[in-house]
Amino acid sequence: MSLRSALGVVLGRGAAGEGVGHWWGQRVSALMLVPLSVWFAVALVGLPLNDYAAVSIWIAGGWNPVWLALLLLALCWHSRLGVQVVIEDYVHAPALKLAGLLSNSAAHLLVLAGGLYALLRVALRGAT
Amino acid sequence: MSARPLSPHLSVYRFVHTLVLSILHRITGVWLSIGLCALVYWLASAAAGESEYARASALLGSGLVRVLLWLWLAAYCYHFVNGLRHLAWDAGFGLERLQVRRTARVVVLVALIGFVLLAYLLFCPRAGVP
Repeated sequence: MSLRSALGVVLGRGAAGEGVGHWWGQRVSALMLVPLSVWFAVALVGLPLNDYAAVSIWIAGGWNPVWLALLLLALCWHSRLGVQVVIEDYVHAPALKLAGLLSNSAAHLLVLAGGLYALLRVALRGAT
Repeated sequence: MSARPLSPHLSVYRFVHTLVLSILHRITGVWLSIGLCALVYWLASAAAGESEYARASALLGSGLVRVLLWLWLAAYCYHFVNGLRHLAWDAGFGLERLQVRRTARVVVLVALIGFVLLAYLLFCPRAGVP
């Protein structure tokens, strides 16, 4: 039990300067997803999804691997930040919250790495 | 730590329809996060080869999973359109109470149109799609 007031504790410490990082990340990733996800949806509509060869050629074609990589990155980034807020809002036990936040980051890293690896394998198949 | 009220408070407000849109944004967001796994599964199956891709296509086209895909599509349409509303708010537009209520209706309408359109284009029987 400290005799210092809550205000006294925080006064003069200054801002960490990175409190808005999460906010910006969520907005920037959202802005990325506006064109990228529309592009992907339109592409899916035009693809014969049962046709393995056609899908592979589309994934590997032109700049598509670049847009797909950016799509995966923005999706995982946006998703991680969003789920993080949900955990912070609804999970109150400190240990459980920490475990949840760490698992959230780990799961999204795993999904991102797995997605990029799969994408590269399809995109570079013709090259090897 | 005092027991001060923390957001989000779902039960203390008088009901307004915008409240439903707000919580729906969260629910669809979490649901879409789960959908990320399906997307990466689809990509990984394409990377694994033709037979694996055929198996994944069959699985993704099967009855129960098909329902999940419909729900992901619906969630995407809603989260996308309502996300634009959020971005407009962040830029300082549409924050008046009446505007917020009006855009809520517009969001639902546009998301619904987008969903019907995409669902028709994606899921209606066409060449090469299960």
